[in-house]
Amino acid sequence: MYATATSQLVVRRVRARTARSRETLIGVAMASPAVVLLLVFFLVPVLLAFGLAFTNARLISPRPARFVGVDNFVTLFGDSLFWASLRNTAYFAVVVVPVQAGLALILALLVNAKVRGTNFFRTVYFAPVVTSMVVISLLWRFIYQPDGLLNHLLSAVSFGHWQGTDWLNNPDTAMPAIMVMSIWQAVGFHMIVWLAGLQTIPRDLYEAAALDGASGWKTFANITWPGLRATRTFILITITIAALSLFTQISVMTQGGPLDRTTTVVFMAVRTGYEQQSTGYAAAVSLVFFVLVLTVSGVQRFLTRDKD
Amino acid sequence: MSRTPKLVALVAAAALGLTGCSSGSSDSGARNEGGVTTLELWTHNGGNPTELAVNKKVVDAFNASQSKYKVKLQSFPQTSYNDAVTAAAAAKKLPCVMDIDGPNVPNWAWAGYLQPLEMPDGFFDKQLPSTLGTVDGKVYSFGHYDVAMSLVARKSVLAQYGIRIPTLDQPWTGDEFDAAVAKIKVGGKFAFPLDMGTAGTGEWIPYAYSPLLQSFGGDLVNRETYQTATDVLNGPDALKWATWFRGLITKGYAQQKSGKDSTVDFVNGKSAIMWNGSWAADAVTKKFGADVVFLPPPDFGKGPKIGGASWQWGMSSSCAAKDGALEYLKFSAKPEYYVAYANALGLIPANTDAAAKVPNFAPGGKYRFFLDLSQKDSVVRPVTPAYPYISSTFQKAVSDILAGGDAQKILDKAAADIDNNIKSNGNYEF
Repeated sequence: MYATATSQLVVRRVRARTARSRETLIGVAMASPAVVLLLVFFLVPVLLAFGLAFTNARLISPRPARFVGVDNFVTLFGDSLFWASLRNTAYFAVVVVPVQAGLALILALLVNAKVRGTNFFRTVYFAPVVTSMVVISLLWRFIYQPDGLLNHLLSAVSFGHWQGTDWLNNPDTAMPAIMVMSIWQAVGFHMIVWLAGLQTIPRDLYEAAALDGASGWKTFANITWPGLRATRTFILITITIAALSLFTQISVMTQGGPLDRTTTVVFMAVRTGYEQQSTGYAAAVSLVFFVLVLTVSGVQRFLTRDKD
Repeated sequence: MSRTPKLVALVAAAALGLTGCSSGSSDSGARNEGGVTTLELWTHNGGNPTELAVNKKVVDAFNASQSKYKVKLQSFPQTSYNDAVTAAAAAKKLPCVMDIDGPNVPNWAWAGYLQPLEMPDGFFDKQLPSTLGTVDGKVYSFGHYDVAMSLVARKSVLAQYGIRIPTLDQPWTGDEFDAAVAKIKVGGKFAFPLDMGTAGTGEWIPYAYSPLLQSFGGDLVNRETYQTATDVLNGPDALKWATWFRGLITKGYAQQKSGKDSTVDFVNGKSAIMWNGSWAADAVTKKFGADVVFLPPPDFGKGPKIGGASWQWGMSSSCAAKDGALEYLKFSAKPEYYVAYANALGLIPANTDAAAKVPNFAPGGKYRFFLDLSQKDSVVRPVTPAYPYISSTFQKAVSDILAGGDAQKILDKAAADIDNNIKSNGNYEF
């Protein structure tokens, strides 16, 4: 009787173990297409690119690539274009992250109100997000022209006193102009994310606050803002990574000019790697950029970690 | 125990993925099916319906004329064409026949993309010299047409301001040109009297603006050794060119970034003088008729200069059907096709036999000026494998100069970058 019980237990345990390992196998099989794609098309090329950074590889050359150690990095840190690109990228990120996140939150709060027409506004704000960035850059290039829509508007509103300026060719206004356009394009997406976060906050908290007679600001500061912590972290990290990888707008609108005021790290990497055919140097740029983004994301993650 | 199946599965998946990458055909650009060899032909004329139609005409005529080879045409948009060829070369999937922008021929020949054309002796005797891609004494490509840059103006406007109309033998001097533009600007009818096409990007910049640099006495690279750009790109003559160019913007003669289409702006009366290629000749003649006058560029010291060499046809080095490709290229070099391109595009036929048959370019023809100008004043872009890098560096330098940067510093950096690039490629020796 004792033996049967033990053998039954063993059988049950073995059956559980087989079931578990079968489950594992099924799980692995379902994940493997995505894993294969990730490995082959992402991880392997990234590792190869990092290896390229230590060679003098050229895109087109009858000579094979040679290992040159840290030569590329030495040249890179002495290249004024690299520092300009880094500066511009940092400038863009530092301005766009808070402004876009803040604007998206305001829009989300407005759209979350239970009034008629929120669906319409949600669609209108989200429409630029689903439009190709290349199309948007071309359209805004026309808007920013010296005789374009923006200057006409400014002239009309100021009764002819202010003609506006050549937004994209003026070194001081080129980057802010691109920032405005980028924020306009992406704010809809983050508005939707904030909205999702807002809707996870229980309604009864708001009702309780209303009963207690809390003002709008106090409600926001004590109920809404703490309730959005997870959303906040997500938005911060995604906007930062997107801002640091600024490329399309630059490539279409200003090609890094005027006078290197809008060149970014990714744009520099593409230009040196593809147009100037120095793949080794571009790989060095990419490696440095990878380390930078990793550091920034790591710091952000650390600052927003669960302080349990 | 639970870790091992996952690890095994992962490794198996990776191995599976990688085996899929290794296979690939070593022959490129041609396929043999049932005795008919299909050759691939690539052209940059995607989005250019007029030229693409002529390409198709030649291909169809060749396919109909014999049954051993069949040419399959694939067109790409011009802006991404060079990138497509570079990517194909890296993947070892180049087509058999392709067209190449003239100044890129030395670089592609050096990189091993192209092989020399083995044509019978004297085959290219009637060819305009600027339309032959000769590298290291071997011909790698030939073009059906060439283009000439010129100033375009209206006789009525020039007469209104009392400006002399320059001729091929007596072009404007730099000072005369400045004075003429100043007069038109003061007249007040044109906000920006001169349109230099500064909205253009890419290869347009060296093509349109390096001849002006050369007229001042500078150049993109030292053409005796092709190993350095110092003193030619950042010397006193080059600085004079840069100062003059930026001066056009600060004096309000031209826009830092002109309208997207200079021809349309000129036709709509937005500019008085336009610096553009002969491809615009038809459009302006249609609008203004006999009032249009095509003028040589100013002589800034070393004579008026315009660019030369346009798109040319060549054969890839990895072509699996070399005989077929040569057959096609020989077929396409018949004078009647030069005439077809010239008639369709209004461009200079690159073959003197054909030129006689095209009324616009025959002596006394409407556009004969472009042919004469090209023969007299055209300078090809530097014939060196370093050209793509030189072009990219010059594009950035021009963009920065027009934006008002310190011209000497910009030119110094450009020359230094070009020198470094040439050195780091072992002087681009073959």
